[in-house]
Amino acid sequence: MTEKTLSPVDVVVVGSGWAGSIMAKELCEAGLSVVMLERRGRRSTARDGAYPSSLDELEGAVRYKLFQNPADTTVTVRNRMDQEAVPYRRLAAFLPGAGVGGAGLHWTGVHFRATPQDLRLRSHIVERYGRAFIPEGMNLQDYGVTYEELEPFFDRAEKVFGTSGEAYTVGGKATGKGNIFAPDRSDDFPLPPLRDVYTAHLFRQAAAEAGYHPYAMPAANASQPYTNPYGAQMGPCNFCGYCSDYACYMYAKASPNVNIMPALRRHENFTLRSNAHVLKVLLDSTGRKATGVVYQDAEGNHITQPAGLVILAAFQFHNVHLMLLSGIGKAYDPVSNTGTVGRNFTYQNITNSTVWMPPTRSTDQFIGSAGGVAIDDFNCDNFDHGPHGFIGGSPLWVNQAGVKPIAGAKATTPGVPRWGSAWKKAAIDTYRHSFTINAQGSNMAYRDVYLDLDPTWRTSYGQPMLRMTFDWKDNDIRMNRYVIGHLEGIVKALGARDVQYGMREEGKPFDVRAYQTTHLCGGAVMGEDPKTSALNRYLQSWDVPNVFVVGANAFPQGMGYNPTGLVAALAYWSAYHIRTQWLKGNGGPLVTP
Amino acid sequence: MPDIPHRPLPTSPEAAPPQPSAASPTRRHVVQGLGTGTAALALAGLAPSAGAQAVPQGGTGRAGSATPSAHTPPAPDAPRFFSPADFALLRAACERIFPADTQGPGAIALGVPNFIDAQMDTPWGRGELWYMQGPYRPDAPANLGYQLPYSPQQIYRKGLAGVQAWMRQTHQAAFETLPPEEQDRILEALEHNATQFDGLPAAVFFEQLRTDTIEGAFSDPLHGGNRHLAGWTMMGFPGARGDYMDWVDQYDTPYPYGPVSISGETA
Ligand SMILES: Cc1cc2nc3c(=O)[nH]c(=O)nc-3n(C[C@H](O)[C@H](O)[C@H](O)COP(=O)(O)OP(=O)(O)OC[C@H]3O[C@@H](n4cnc5c(N)ncnc54)[C@H](O)[C@@H]3O)c2cc1C
Ligand code: SF4
Repeated sequence: MTEKTLSPVDVVVVGSGWAGSIMAKELCEAGLSVVMLERRGRRSTARDGAYPSSLDELEGAVRYKLFQNPADTTVTVRNRMDQEAVPYRRLAAFLPGAGVGGAGLHWTGVHFRATPQDLRLRSHIVERYGRAFIPEGMNLQDYGVTYEELEPFFDRAEKVFGTSGEAYTVGGKATGKGNIFAPDRSDDFPLPPLRDVYTAHLFRQAAAEAGYHPYAMPAANASQPYTNPYGAQMGPCNFCGYCSDYACYMYAKASPNVNIMPALRRHENFTLRSNAHVLKVLLDSTGRKATGVVYQDAEGNHITQPAGLVILAAFQFHNVHLMLLSGIGKAYDPVSNTGTVGRNFTYQNITNSTVWMPPTRSTDQFIGSAGGVAIDDFNCDNFDHGPHGFIGGSPLWVNQAGVKPIAGAKATTPGVPRWGSAWKKAAIDTYRHSFTINAQGSNMAYRDVYLDLDPTWRTSYGQPMLRMTFDWKDNDIRMNRYVIGHLEGIVKALGARDVQYGMREEGKPFDVRAYQTTHLCGGAVMGEDPKTSALNRYLQSWDVPNVFVVGANAFPQGMGYNPTGLVAALAYWSAYHIRTQWLKGNGGPLVTP
Repeated sequence: MPDIPHRPLPTSPEAAPPQPSAASPTRRHVVQGLGTGTAALALAGLAPSAGAQAVPQGGTGRAGSATPSAHTPPAPDAPRFFSPADFALLRAACERIFPADTQGPGAIALGVPNFIDAQMDTPWGRGELWYMQGPYRPDAPANLGYQLPYSPQQIYRKGLAGVQAWMRQTHQAAFETLPPEEQDRILEALEHNATQFDGLPAAVFFEQLRTDTIEGAFSDPLHGGNRHLAGWTMMGFPGARGDYMDWVDQYDTPYPYGPVSISGETA
């Protein structure tokens, strides 16, 4: 191993996913020299999404070809502070990305904005229900940025992603379609919604019959050929059903690789270095200024890249990990309730229910996309929480992203053997005639749910692993059960022959063995108070003002929607303020605490 | 129409091939023997070659034959990773998990055992896709995930050797020679973790076997299973078609086309 120091650049961006690509593009446009460091290899749709070889369920969704390899680096997990955390040895519950494009290459593409309520949840709850409504131990917080402030950046992200959807109101004018709970928009979606697959169509009819308000889910899957503001071209989605876990061979699903990288590469002031694993951010002797980063290359050399501005965009928990390893901000201590790095770690509170239609109906679950049909009647504060005494909610939806047969056959039906002829029969019947309704819920933040460094296990780079202390709490369990309780009306209207409600259960801890989502949030949250947030409202570290930390780590709590629409908008919002304020100033804090 | 395999395994005890004389009394032994396996196994030893003379059941019969000499090219269905004895057991167990029946072919006709054999010699089989550094905490709560120091290769080696030794002890016969009903009971015992094999809980082995059997039955045939796309035909999955543009909103018509594989094979 050798050590080497390179010549300084203006900006180093750690990570090449959506967050890193947006930041790099914006800062290149500002004329800065930008080096992007990505720990794993180059990836492209042409190679990793080639037709038909990429349509391989075993390689893609079972052996996790495009994902982080735990042998390289992983985390440890426990449910409670009095337990020993153990390594997450096999990928299952969540699937972090790795390689150029990050998880943006193999995400599904459900593309939501955050709601106005979500962004100021604490204020909203206090205004409507009073302070006493917030349970003891819940760290309910505002983002410090409002929907009105973020609106132009949501709009920008949708145009870059080529998002398909149906607006409810544009400039205050109703369109006659869309989600009645959706906030106003300055412009329509760049593309009309994707067509409903059969099961989404059934859900739309049944939800309406049950008195709810179905709408087409916004998806960063192009419903028509599209050219984005960077000149990147997308083909039309053909519902191949290989969004989730795969690269899209149609160039129809938005990815950093398709939608941003081609434009980024044209900037002469841009350099991408892959197989460059950042070990830490280097700070000067005051600890208040970053001087660059040190990374390990493919040969094991340690290379110092000096930079005037460091953007961490390595994904939610990797960002927190790098902050802890580098000493940026104060590590959170749940006992003394001090420090902010690691605080407010949250997830997505999802459960899946299965309905079986009569055997005369083929549900064709292999057809799919990131589109679908949802209702928001039980999301956010769209219903009166007063009588229920919990905070948060879930959209309910059919988001059939294409069920392949291995996944289909692994799903088991209660009361049916898990193997043998009876199982085979049930598995085939389920695959052919059932479909899934997801309740994708919010997850609140709690004092004893957090991230810190593990005392025992180390990554292959010799660094302490990140430790997750996570469990489902009473508030979120009750929220989920309340929402699922309302599925019955829809199931009835569907004329389903059978149903299996997926619900959280008291006493059933967070389980790492089954995929849930990769919507991990928090840990280095944005906010207005440096005592309860690691970042200010521009995603700037309160402690080291030339470090900005971009990703879902900034969410103070988990919302019902998927995170990436908000991650992208926050990236554009942060970049805008770096360009218009920070670069013009003295490199100090954009907000004085 | 599901494709019925040419050499189905017997699915009822009546149709079972002649059994070693010890077979019928041992049926009770299995049930009684549950839970006593661990200590006895430790004594019995786990020599992987034991049981190599086992009579293979169903299939082509190659798997149970003597290891091919260096001069004969291996038969297409001969295992590359597993010993013939291990493979004979693997085949029989996969076939019970995924039996040939009126739904369609079973694991053997689908090439599942060969799929598993081939998977052993991949980064996954070698454990390179799992975090495999200690310290290990095998007694951690199950919901915190896999915590054993074994790669898939090791899970199979230990699991197969363990079942063989267990069968010798309880049945004085190889698993693959027992009637299907008996085999099912043994698999159930494994599923319910009735014993353990040198630090490997039987249920871990069973779950790996079940998972990999499903993967072999339903993955693209390029991996060695799902032969003739019969797994996909059974499930009603069109394979690597990857284009449903014209079918998305034909709500009254089930998708009409059969499967195609990555290599262009059709059913
Ligand atoms: C299967 C799947 C489906 C999903 N579907 C949806 C969806 O439908 N809708 C939605 O909103 N969200 C979805 N998500 C989540 C979505 O993918 C993420 O929110 C989003 O991609 C995060 O972008 P990011 O840029 O913050 O991080 P990433 O895309 O993870 O990018 C971070 C990059 O940083 C690199 N990196 C990490 N550590 C280092 C280091 N030390 N040095 C150098 N590089 C490093 C990583 O390798 C990675 O490439 C899905 C995720 C998965 C896995
Ligand atoms: S469903 Fe559409 S967007 Fe998704 S991978 Fe297929 S073609 Fe691409």
